[in-house]
Amino acid sequence: MPILQVTNLTKSYSGIKALDNVQLTLQRGEVHALMGENGAGKSTFMKILIGLIDADSGEIFFEGNELKRGGVNNVQRKGISMIHQEILIIPELTVAQNIFLGREKEITSSKTGWLNDDRINSKAKELLEQMGVDISPYIKMKYLSVAQMQMVEIAKAISNDAKVIIMDEPTSAISDKEVSTLFRIIRDLKVKGVAIIYISHKMDEIFKISDTITVLRDGKYIGTKSAAELDNGSLIKMMVGREIESMFPESNTQKGKRVLSVKNLNKKGKFTDINFEVHTGEILGIAGLMGAGRTEVARAIYGLDKLDSGEIYINGEHVKVKSADEAVKKGIGYVSEDRKGLGFIPQMSVLKNMTLASLSNHRQGIFINPKSENTVTEAMVENLKVKSSGVNQKVTHLSGGNQQKVVIGKVLLSSPKVIILDEPTRGVDVGAKFEIYKLIHDLAAKGIAVIMISSELPEILGMSDRILVLSKGKQTAMLSKEEATQELIMKYAVE
Amino acid sequence: MRSNIQAQFRNFGQYGIFVAFVIICLVLAFSTPRFFTISNLMTIGNQVSINALLAFGVTFVIITGGIDLSLGSMVAVTGVVAATFAHPDTYPVVVPIFIGLAAGSAIGAFNGLVITKSKVPPFIVTLGTMTIGRGLALIFSKGRPVSNLSDSFNFIGGGNLFGIPFPIIILIIAFIVCSIILNKTILGRYMYAVGGNEPAARASGIRVNNVKMWVYTICGLLSAMGGILLTSRITTGQPNAGAGFELDAIAAAIIGGTSTSGGTGTMTGTLIGALLIGVISNSLDLLNVTSYYQQVVMGAIIIGAVVLDSMGKEG
Repeated sequence: MPILQVTNLTKSYSGIKALDNVQLTLQRGEVHALMGENGAGKSTFMKILIGLIDADSGEIFFEGNELKRGGVNNVQRKGISMIHQEILIIPELTVAQNIFLGREKEITSSKTGWLNDDRINSKAKELLEQMGVDISPYIKMKYLSVAQMQMVEIAKAISNDAKVIIMDEPTSAISDKEVSTLFRIIRDLKVKGVAIIYISHKMDEIFKISDTITVLRDGKYIGTKSAAELDNGSLIKMMVGREIESMFPESNTQKGKRVLSVKNLNKKGKFTDINFEVHTGEILGIAGLMGAGRTEVARAIYGLDKLDSGEIYINGEHVKVKSADEAVKKGIGYVSEDRKGLGFIPQMSVLKNMTLASLSNHRQGIFINPKSENTVTEAMVENLKVKSSGVNQKVTHLSGGNQQKVVIGKVLLSSPKVIILDEPTRGVDVGAKFEIYKLIHDLAAKGIAVIMISSELPEILGMSDRILVLSKGKQTAMLSKEEATQELIMKYAVE
Repeated sequence: MRSNIQAQFRNFGQYGIFVAFVIICLVLAFSTPRFFTISNLMTIGNQVSINALLAFGVTFVIITGGIDLSLGSMVAVTGVVAATFAHPDTYPVVVPIFIGLAAGSAIGAFNGLVITKSKVPPFIVTLGTMTIGRGLALIFSKGRPVSNLSDSFNFIGGGNLFGIPFPIIILIIAFIVCSIILNKTILGRYMYAVGGNEPAARASGIRVNNVKMWVYTICGLLSAMGGILLTSRITTGQPNAGAGFELDAIAAAIIGGTSTSGGTGTMTGTLIGALLIGVISNSLDLLNVTSYYQQVVMGAIIIGAVVLDSMGKEG
């Protein structure tokens, strides 16, 4: 008997079907990947499973009994827990206090309202030791890394006697080493008969960890197959409904004159002696593990952080960039990895976001010329194929891929000579990824020097003309497109 | 579809306050004969004008994600300073006006400078300025009211132009100018950006500190206009004037839909907020409700307005 059986699940929002007759069969001790592009209905599905929202129709059987609704707490108590992508913790409380938050009474079998931190701490310690992770229960949550917080969340799920654990993009913000720890824990959980629903956009991971794969597309159930039956191509085909022959477009852009060069960039504790140059029409990939200093280098060049020493040249001219507004004026553009935090203004429309870095182009005295603003934005929206109901739509109502296009559009409107794209396809679904790759090639073809930072090796290999590898803040290799392989990059990345 | 409905709901939240305002006015017009007379409406406009000026200033500040608690003290300082230069047969009337406005702008700029150069939150900085300002008002006036002001100075708050009280004319001009700044200028766009997502605004090449300097300085300038207006109306520079004005101004902005978390708000909303406060206190006066009850009603309206607004957001 499967631990979880979902049939004919349907959910509509204002007449639009977010889920249409979706099914899922989950066995004990199985890692079941749930795949689909953004907007395929994965998160709606999971929200229903954990009791956050109700379905319109359909059945959910848990351990052979129909799962009665009754909110998140009730579902959690029955044994279904979710590790959210954005981890929900109280930073000022300790690890132990977080694990048992809301259950202090039952854990310490206290009948009064008095806390028994000793009991909570020892329980937490026991739990973390069983998992084989080295986290002190006494430390405040805010001092942990994202990966450690995730471990604590998993510990919380285990302490809840979870029989099903849903993991939503658990590896989106953790390093490779931490991924292997996570996978070890997942395998331990499997042995104990816990079933995992695993959501991720990273293909190689899916094939590494999952036993079974279910694909959703546009809210519809497409199919369930064992991971062994599928490969990259066939899985993508199931997800997007068509075959993407080659993920990475062909480039025939000629590299031109040198645009940006940096000499001996240093920032204490972040990176040392960084030297590279980028030419017109060229895509320079920057590879490295989490914490290698890639984003830090980009931020410093763009003036968001201060350099300790080093020189930056644009078109041969020595420039000093102390703030982002100076960087924009000198022709440097930066698309941050942190789209929500640094990319856009959530209250603003597509138009207002897009023109934000180039309003001086639409200046009439102290006023903004709305006509020229509108013309330019319409053209950019058309050019980048931003899918929106119009330039006045709020940017937060767009999908991740389209938000990313808006941010790229904003940077492009400031007419950069060199553009730094930091994880340009993070959180973007397969179809939109392909469009962004094409867009990056178009930029290079237009003579913009492109720097692309990415954690996805296939992306780095498929897109870059040259690849700079960073490791622990030092540059360890500059590889040409011809010599670069995944193995070689990894070798230098861990050096 | 869903987002459409949400947007409509939110729009209702925005217009809700306007609808509420119109309904209250209609009810009053029918129930209280004295309400809808020209002279009473002029009285309301006159009473509202000072609070509205301060509210416009603080709306700019709140949109950028900040707050200014020093408005009331700035009213006192600028009033006292202007009054000192407004005695009959001393300086032409433009001198006290100019000095008063300059004093307000200077205190506002001081707020902006400390807020941008230190990492101290605006709440704390302006709390400090609030006390400093009150002290300065007492120092400049030696603790005594500054009276005996020229007729031309007293015209500002007490005179009529074409039968309309001069403060109402100032109010209308200030409203138009502030609306234009917010909606049509680059500075206005940047204010929304800074309040909406400050790191993203900075990363877009906006000089966030400049924007904040402008905003607090403009807020000081508008407070000075309020201070001069008040001094002229009561024909005295009172060092104790304006206490608590900041809260009425913030209330008007919030009732008008400005979010205290920054990034949203309109001058029209704030104007309606100020008018609503004015109309309600006026009508409660007409209905002979004591000021004790008036405060309870006013507080309930503030909370009600924000509840209405947040309902729209959750949708």
